[in-house]
Amino acid sequence: MLAPDDNLLEVENLRVSFGTERGVAKVLDGVNLTIRRGEIMGLVGESGCGKTTLARAILGILPANARHETGSLRFGGEDLLRMPRRRVDDQIRGRRITFIPQDPFASFNPLFRIGSQAREVMKWKSPRRPEHAGRGLFGFFSRYPRARRKADAADAVEMMRTVQIPRADEAFDKLPHEFSGGQRQRLMIALALMPQPDLVIADEPTTALDVTIQAQILKLLKRLVKERGVSVLFTTHDLGTAYEICDRITVMYAGQEVEMAPVDDFFQRPSHPYTVRLLESLPKPGREPREIGGEIPGLVDPPAGCRFHPRCAHATDICHMKRPATTSVSAAHDLRCYHPVGATVPA
Amino acid sequence: MRILALILQRIAWLVPTLAGLVAVVFFISRVIPADPVAKLAGETASRAQIELLREKLGLDRPLLVQLVDYYRQLLSGDLGTSLFTTRPVWDDLYARLPATIELTIVAMMIAVVIGIPLGVVSALYRNTIIDHVLRIITVAGLAVASFWLALVLQLYFAMDLGWLPLQARITGFPPPSITGFYIVDTLVEGNFTRFRNVVAHLTLPAFTLAFPALATVVRFTRAGVLETLQKNFVVYQRAMGIPSGLIVWKYVLRNSLISTVTQIGLLFGILLAGTVVIETVFQWPGIGAYAFEAILQSDYAAVMGFTVYAGVVFGIVNLVVDIGHAILDPRGTGA
Repeated sequence: MLAPDDNLLEVENLRVSFGTERGVAKVLDGVNLTIRRGEIMGLVGESGCGKTTLARAILGILPANARHETGSLRFGGEDLLRMPRRRVDDQIRGRRITFIPQDPFASFNPLFRIGSQAREVMKWKSPRRPEHAGRGLFGFFSRYPRARRKADAADAVEMMRTVQIPRADEAFDKLPHEFSGGQRQRLMIALALMPQPDLVIADEPTTALDVTIQAQILKLLKRLVKERGVSVLFTTHDLGTAYEICDRITVMYAGQEVEMAPVDDFFQRPSHPYTVRLLESLPKPGREPREIGGEIPGLVDPPAGCRFHPRCAHATDICHMKRPATTSVSAAHDLRCYHPVGATVPA
Repeated sequence: MRILALILQRIAWLVPTLAGLVAVVFFISRVIPADPVAKLAGETASRAQIELLREKLGLDRPLLVQLVDYYRQLLSGDLGTSLFTTRPVWDDLYARLPATIELTIVAMMIAVVIGIPLGVVSALYRNTIIDHVLRIITVAGLAVASFWLALVLQLYFAMDLGWLPLQARITGFPPPSITGFYIVDTLVEGNFTRFRNVVAHLTLPAFTLAFPALATVVRFTRAGVLETLQKNFVVYQRAMGIPSGLIVWKYVLRNSLISTVTQIGLLFGILLAGTVVIETVFQWPGIGAYAFEAILQSDYAAVMGFTVYAGVVFGIVNLVVDIGHAILDPRGTGA
């Protein structure tokens, strides 16, 4: 067992760009992020800031028009970007890094029963699968030995019970549309945990759900990953959600991380002007929510220096020229800003 | 249970559909300014003789009366008698049915078995050279007139290269009639020389007939796969590291095939119309060639016989399409 502050994932200076009709969009421009073992890391930012791209880059499922330019994605000490593709497909993705999607309604194939979709995941990703098991021809004609199939299926039913699917043993024979949105997201959580991963990428997993269901799902997810010591990268644009579930929060703006802090520190001492504005945009009793003002910059031709400077009240000449280096506000609180906000925002 | 209900429902619908189809074609064939009776009576017949013959054939009565009379005949299983061959239309159709069904089914199989994988490949390699080449071929498949394609293929493969026979269904004696389908009969008989002969004769007409249908299958499969590839469940399976071949050929294909299967039903119409031309060009002794003759001569009973046949085939094909849907999509007919 490794020490709790051991970094499971280290994203370093990651750059990803997309070829678009208007030019090359630098969607991730030198992103840094660490996730420790057993930690829930929140990735917060407005739509289009690169959260989903970062999540997909870690999973290695960027769209065809995307290019990794530089940087590294060290997972358990090994750089995923330099690992043989075959090994990532077989041993990492879906096995040690799993995924909970944003939209549980559309993320199950509507024509296949839950059981056959779960069996597919278990066939390829169950911890019982030998490391050098063959993949057959394009994935076809690959054996799924009876003993392992049975044991995996028993685990799957048990996991469905754990995520509180009613009549879990019958769930296998049902089609996705026979479950509610909340139940489908529970099933997704079950599928994500079945391979016994080290890291779960949860890409806005509650956005598509009703508020009351959201709270249940968050609680369940938090309990299950904490029990198992699984790390989570939890992307969201909702600070309230991040507050409920995360241990640490990283704020992204226009493809760059701007602040990273433990959750309490984050809400008590936000230091980046963007973070402050983000918090001020939340409705609160006794105060009108304040809009951030301005728009997210285009990523084909983004502002130089700190990308937030066109919208920032504190910006000076230096902000136009060079991206600020990482500085520490306190021990675990990192910041990239020349003009940190000193004052504490009233909680 | 669901499928059984579906079958019964479709068969119930077939009756009014056929009745309507028969009425439409009945009137159209009668308003065409051609007089088969005059032709039948011969060039030397007098006006009075022609009218006498018309009366004898019952063709002088009001159209509506004739139509009702034809319905009554149909209900008793009688398709009438051909004006020119003077044989019952049913006997003519029955003798020619296997040739056409064999040709159509083989053509459909070519279209589906080749078309679906090509459509998937075209989608996977979208906007690459493979996709462009396939697009040119499929657009050509839809644009080229099939009689022209038939003649070109005959010239090249039969006349120039001599690889394949020019026309007809078989050289020499036909196999013993068991099912009437030569491919099946020669296999049952165990005569492989004759089997190869039959396959060689089938190749050109079946391919020519299949070509436009194949083009359509490729295009629809490509569109369906491209649409499905955008779906979240594909992203999900990729994110979970399921082998990509499996994602495409098992999961994506099933979702894409729903629209392709609908097309296959409609394509049978193209194939049926195609048999009329193809059978004439290749001297194929089937119903298409028979219908061609019947239309030229305004042989009313024969034209109606072909109509009923086409209607029944369409009904069956649509039933098969619906069953296909029910199998592909387990969510029920609501979807």
